[in-house]
Amino acid sequence: MKAGTLDWSTFRHQYLTRDRVLGVVYLTFAVLIWWLFFPNIEPGASAKFGLNIVTAVKPPPLPDLVVPARPAVLFLGFIAAFLGGWQLARGFREPQAVLGVILIIFLVAFLLWATAGKSFNLVGMLASTLLRAAPITFGALSGVWCERTAVINIGIEGMMLSAAFTGVVVASATQNLYWGLVAAVLTGGLLGLVLAVLAVTFRVDQIIAGTAINIFAVGLTSFLSQSWLAVRQDLNAAGNFKPIPIPVLAQIPILGPIFFNVNIIIYIMMLLVVLSHIVLFHTRWGLRMRAVGEHPRAADTLGINVYLTRYISVTIGGMIAGLGGAYFTLGSVGRFDEVMTAGKGFIGLAAMIFGKWTPIGGFIASVIFGFADALQVKMAILRIPIPSEFLLMAPYIVTIVVLSGVVGRALPPAADGQPYVKE
Amino acid sequence: MTAPEVAVEAQPQPPVRRAFWRQAFQALLLPVLAIVTALLLSSVFIIISDPEVVALWREITVAPGVALAASWEKLRLAYRAMLEGGLGNPALIWQGFQTWVTTGDATQLVKSLEAIDRTLVYSTPYIFAGLAVALGFRCGLFNIGAEGQLFVGALAATYIGYSIKGLPLVIHLPLALAAGAAAGAVWAAVAGVLKAYTGAHEVVTTIMLNYIAFRLSDFLLTGPMKRSGFNPVSPPVEESAWLPKLAPDPLRFHSGFFLALLAAYFVYWFLWKTTWGFEIRTVGANPDAARYAGISIARNYIIAMALSGALAGLAGTSEILGVNRFMAQAFSSGYGFDSIALALLGKSHPTGVVLASLLWGFLRAGATRMQSAAGIPIDIVQIVQGMVIVFVAAPALVRFIWRVRAVQEEGETIFTRGWGA
Repeated sequence: MKAGTLDWSTFRHQYLTRDRVLGVVYLTFAVLIWWLFFPNIEPGASAKFGLNIVTAVKPPPLPDLVVPARPAVLFLGFIAAFLGGWQLARGFREPQAVLGVILIIFLVAFLLWATAGKSFNLVGMLASTLLRAAPITFGALSGVWCERTAVINIGIEGMMLSAAFTGVVVASATQNLYWGLVAAVLTGGLLGLVLAVLAVTFRVDQIIAGTAINIFAVGLTSFLSQSWLAVRQDLNAAGNFKPIPIPVLAQIPILGPIFFNVNIIIYIMMLLVVLSHIVLFHTRWGLRMRAVGEHPRAADTLGINVYLTRYISVTIGGMIAGLGGAYFTLGSVGRFDEVMTAGKGFIGLAAMIFGKWTPIGGFIASVIFGFADALQVKMAILRIPIPSEFLLMAPYIVTIVVLSGVVGRALPPAADGQPYVKE
Repeated sequence: MTAPEVAVEAQPQPPVRRAFWRQAFQALLLPVLAIVTALLLSSVFIIISDPEVVALWREITVAPGVALAASWEKLRLAYRAMLEGGLGNPALIWQGFQTWVTTGDATQLVKSLEAIDRTLVYSTPYIFAGLAVALGFRCGLFNIGAEGQLFVGALAATYIGYSIKGLPLVIHLPLALAAGAAAGAVWAAVAGVLKAYTGAHEVVTTIMLNYIAFRLSDFLLTGPMKRSGFNPVSPPVEESAWLPKLAPDPLRFHSGFFLALLAAYFVYWFLWKTTWGFEIRTVGANPDAARYAGISIARNYIIAMALSGALAGLAGTSEILGVNRFMAQAFSSGYGFDSIALALLGKSHPTGVVLASLLWGFLRAGATRMQSAAGIPIDIVQIVQGMVIVFVAAPALVRFIWRVRAVQEEGETIFTRGWGA
């Protein structure tokens, strides 16, 4: 190579380092904020964010948060530009985390632009975020339980759909929502058991076994809903769980209405996140699960029953997916519609990967997806000049971006997806 | 190149013909048993779908014969409707043929051939989509996104089909076909690129791309591509972009069927007779070995995904240019998802996929008739599919049910490989 010339590979390896690229990315966001949002806000318009929602239990009302939109957006742009400059000049130790901060800044600027001259209920949207995160969280938890013992569960979507169906039918037939919940959990558990039989005993390719469960569930629920529910409308009218305010806690401003005045399925969800974390990382059973997932041969040598461990975890994973299914019918709309899960099980899997196969990480990831989903609905109400179809794409695009941005560094359990043959 | 042949000749060879039949029997035994098991099990669902028969089963202790007879009658009706809906009534076909020969009046013959026509027309997109998934499997990729690629392909073909006017057929039709294939290829290549460079698993990304494709098609059909009027459908495709029809009018049989067979041959030729195909199969069979042999895994993921998407795009294109001639929302009714079962059933081999697609076309045509004649919801097809997938993917399960012993060590086909790789 002649001195003075610069070919692409030298350029790429010497000058195009990840830190520099990220610095440019931060600066780009700053420019985008100034270019997209700032000129498009009426001068003097202010964005009004509501901090109260109307519920039966009223925490002391808070005044609305009023922000002058233009100066605020200008200021946010400056912060992003500063971070970008700092990254290029000095470098951050955790550039990925800073990227998260930049994205949040961009989002806030977006909200200011969308709300300028209007008002927008912030707490309402956060509450809706938690609700929309619920099925995704159940999906992620179900995935964690299965994959920590090295069984990939692509069938979460199908388990949720079937559980949503049986939940509503049993609840309508018995006129008791709790029986519906039990039925949904049992349905999920049963399908989990089916997956375990196929994946563990018959060593079917796990992704294919899960896909079969999905197709089967879509077919069966649509079939039964057309042949039964179309005739017996009374079997598809269960009603739904009402929010249960927790005394005192529900009175806390902002947090109260979001976390402590929700229905029982959401409480179960929050409990399960904590419980799964404790079981997985602080109990003997959890240690066994992880051993089976990382190195089944070693676990077997130490006397752990690999097959039984997988059977139990996958069945529990199925039951958790069943709870997620119950959320769709008993936890929200109270009736079953064909293919109503709309990919939430798969988004749950993406959340599990994003959360690095941990319950709490999965929950945080689910909240991000839930936020994208809730934002999309609110934006449609604010009538911003973006077609609703593109807003509806948002959660799916976020899933792809997150998966491709993060999964390269997140490592699944070492034996994930491999059947175990006892010697 | 002569040395190995000599070596082969030196060995005592079994009679070729018997070996061939035995192999064919071995290859077909498990898929056939899988289908039979799935159909037998779905009979249960056919029975419980009828409230009257279920009511009779409640009194099974009082009158067991009545319930059994009613169930038998229900099943007989259902499967007869399926056979007639998918293949037609042979007696009527023969009668129609005789009338045509003697009097020259073809109306009766045409009417009796409607069932077969429907089977062939249904199986056309199945062949394309099944090949798409099969090609992915050969590279170790699980393309669940055929449905989305099919939509995008159909959108592109429709757009080229109606927006360009006044071209001759020899230019317009290939152009529309190419547009459909290219759109599907690009859509799938997104998942391929993400898999190759970031490790994002194609199962999740292709499903997400499906939803994005559906929303995109909603957007285009209610906005930029909407025909004037009330319905969210595209303008009609120009006649110069139609796939020529090969049968008189109530029949819909079109040249897309032969195009699909051609595609099957192309996939066979590509995978087994070219270097690119060899690389793809090597990456699918053993990525580590491929890497050590200097084969670029990233490149092959992208190529395989793009080709797979092109085939799926053609599935949508052939439906638009051959049958519908315009695009409507939700026009596909799940061809892309069914294709997974087809690829599995056909063991990811083009010949197998074509046979499986014909079977599926028959099942679908039959199920349509079952719905109209025996009142059984068409979703029964999906139930059968789910079970076929399970049984085909789990030969051990079928052997367990039918007590068939494994005669020889079967080469277990590897379809997918976890989140990693």
